[in-house]
Amino acid sequence: MGKYASELLTCDARLKNENWEILKMPNQNEKIIELKNITKTYEDGFTAVSDFNLYVLRGEFVTFLGPSGCGKTTTLRMIAGFELPTSGEILLNGRNISDLPPYERPINTVFQRYALFPHMNIYENIAFGLRQKKLSEDVINKKVKRVLELVDLEGFEGRSVSTLSGGQQQRIAIARAVVNEPQILLLDEPLGALDLKMRKEMQLELKEMHDRLGITFIYVTHDQEEALTMSDTIVVMSEGKIQQIGKPEDIYNEPKNAFVADFIGESNIFNGIMTGHLKARFCGGEFDCVDDVEKGTHITAVVRPEDVEITPVDEGTIRGTVSSVIFKGMHYEITVQSGRNEMVIQSVNTPKVGDTVGMRVAPDNIHIMIAEDNTNYFTADINSDFRLEFNGKVLDTSVTRIIKGSHRNEDGTLVDAAGDTIDPNRNRIIVSIQPQDIRMTDQVEEGLVDGYISNLIYKGDHYSYVIHTDLGQDFIVDDEYLWNMDDHVGLLMPVEKMSFRLKK
Amino acid sequence: MHVLKFSRKSLGIPYAVFLVLFVALPLLVLLYYAFTNGQGHFTVANLTGFFTDPNTLGTLCYSLAVAFVTTLVCLLLAYPAAYILATSHLKRKQVLILLFIMPMWINFSLRITALKELLTVFEGNLARFPFTNAVVGMTYDFLPFMILPIYNTLSRLDGSLIEAAKDLGANDVSAFLKITLPLSVPGIVSGVSMVFLPAMTNYVVLDMLYNSTYIMGSLIGSYFSAYNWHGGSMIALILLAIIILFTLLTRGMEDDNQNAVGGALL
Repeated sequence: MGKYASELLTCDARLKNENWEILKMPNQNEKIIELKNITKTYEDGFTAVSDFNLYVLRGEFVTFLGPSGCGKTTTLRMIAGFELPTSGEILLNGRNISDLPPYERPINTVFQRYALFPHMNIYENIAFGLRQKKLSEDVINKKVKRVLELVDLEGFEGRSVSTLSGGQQQRIAIARAVVNEPQILLLDEPLGALDLKMRKEMQLELKEMHDRLGITFIYVTHDQEEALTMSDTIVVMSEGKIQQIGKPEDIYNEPKNAFVADFIGESNIFNGIMTGHLKARFCGGEFDCVDDVEKGTHITAVVRPEDVEITPVDEGTIRGTVSSVIFKGMHYEITVQSGRNEMVIQSVNTPKVGDTVGMRVAPDNIHIMIAEDNTNYFTADINSDFRLEFNGKVLDTSVTRIIKGSHRNEDGTLVDAAGDTIDPNRNRIIVSIQPQDIRMTDQVEEGLVDGYISNLIYKGDHYSYVIHTDLGQDFIVDDEYLWNMDDHVGLLMPVEKMSFRLKK
Repeated sequence: MHVLKFSRKSLGIPYAVFLVLFVALPLLVLLYYAFTNGQGHFTVANLTGFFTDPNTLGTLCYSLAVAFVTTLVCLLLAYPAAYILATSHLKRKQVLILLFIMPMWINFSLRITALKELLTVFEGNLARFPFTNAVVGMTYDFLPFMILPIYNTLSRLDGSLIEAAKDLGANDVSAFLKITLPLSVPGIVSGVSMVFLPAMTNYVVLDMLYNSTYIMGSLIGSYFSAYNWHGGSMIALILLAIIILFTLLTRGMEDDNQNAVGGALL
């Protein structure tokens, strides 16, 4: 880097873009950093990241995407050196740096809340890293000037941090990191504190900056749109594990599992079963599809809202009643209730609320995934007491108990950990429960739902049943005893075995 | 709305009365006595007397010395303690903090008497080390006042700032000197002002330690007990001036710290 740095300084300041161009490394296909079997377990026994394997190419823009608590920030902090992995190794240019302190790594971080030093002015903030390298004041001066031009804040040297707006502080934080010409720039939800418009602008600016500097960016966010916009590669994470690695297009079009499908973009996700060759049954209808999956396999079907076609009632594969129509600018977002299932559709057509419509999906727009874990998902409503309601029955728990960090405000509204309002009319709770945690009973009315056994497979030590309910949703239940096809059963689902997620 | 405003304002009346009766009036009385003589005539003799009498000047210097050393010792003891308390993830942190604060809840005279007994055991004759004993007594008494404000600033310090410094290439020592220490200056300043000024005047500590040396407080006490209201008032006034000067000085430092170019402080 030293050679590049000196060239950088001899260049004319006016040729700002070209200057940074020099930093671009010629070899784009070599691994700059590699994480091998990284596991992080905290002293309290909580495993934040488990068996994480990833390599990043030089110059790549990689985004760790996932909900809060998925381990993405912990992974970033291990790369930065703020946390040490419990096991596994981190290789930078092939050298193991797992145990190096942060100040010995050629990696710089842009922090979530900027972390600008409040007792220093802008110049000193940016010069901090350069001073650690004991560069001469002359060199420092030039570099600071140059990087301030890069972030469009020329002349801000003497300003104090507190006089800057959020967006400006953000740019200074980026400048402070970039000025050290790191091999990798880590960005920990850097746009989280900005308003929407500013965020959009900064997204483009960051992307442009990445192209210009040629530095490898590793970016952490929970905002799927941000990830899709900026990244070369997205790493989708959940519960400390990588769910999928891929280009934005691939992640969007070919999600590997229900979690990814649900997290990236709007999706309709249904549990279903293969009923024949290229035929899948879900959402109360039998659809043609293009994925060749063996008959009788439990599947998760994903349908993007823009891929659902609204048809006259008798021409659709399934039918339903329009429950809401929202104008979204480019299109309408239409929600259709079909049995207990809900299909969200993006369309330029505008049926009226209450209309009965048919729905059709082209076979290649149905994405079929073999349900590896067979987890049952269903969507529960929030009632006026902030308790959960499903199938007309109230669950023995409340929203504040199940959504981490959520609480009642003084004015009685419910807010989540981030402070966003949870609206019982708009928000719902996605409940998941494992097949082995559901019990079947002959006392049909005791169950949370009831239905008929429509399929059973013997799985060696237990039977796997598909229960077809009136709600148009099928449940998968594991049971060691043999029940008969078409038995009418109630499903007992203990609340303590359920997990919950807020659906925005 | 109007009624509410009125009632809220009237809540301040008791304090205003208190302020006038016990702060403003005594100050005026102090001022009057300081600049008059026994006959009630205006004079600056009390002022010139203070600064020409080698005894009083000696006491001033001695008090400054006691206060300075006490403050320094307190700071050296308190900062590491506060730092450890604020940065450690000890499970029994609250208990530790309690241990540091607890002495403040125990009666002052009891504590000093206990200290006196201890010092007697170690030194035999308390008169042998009057200066040391004064500093030990004051330190013992005022240490919590130094720990608490420093602990407060340190525990509120944004940890990501330290991480940012290390991320930018600063090692532990450098990060401490360039980030933690400058940002804890407000805590140090309020700790210093809470220790330095009382250490100049709190002669009760010395009295109870059978310490025969004189600090500013003892000087005022001795003037008043000799019915020299005028001389005593002047010393009290001079002390007040020193306090104001000191406060202005430390406040200036605090402001500097917030606006100044980083590193300038060190």
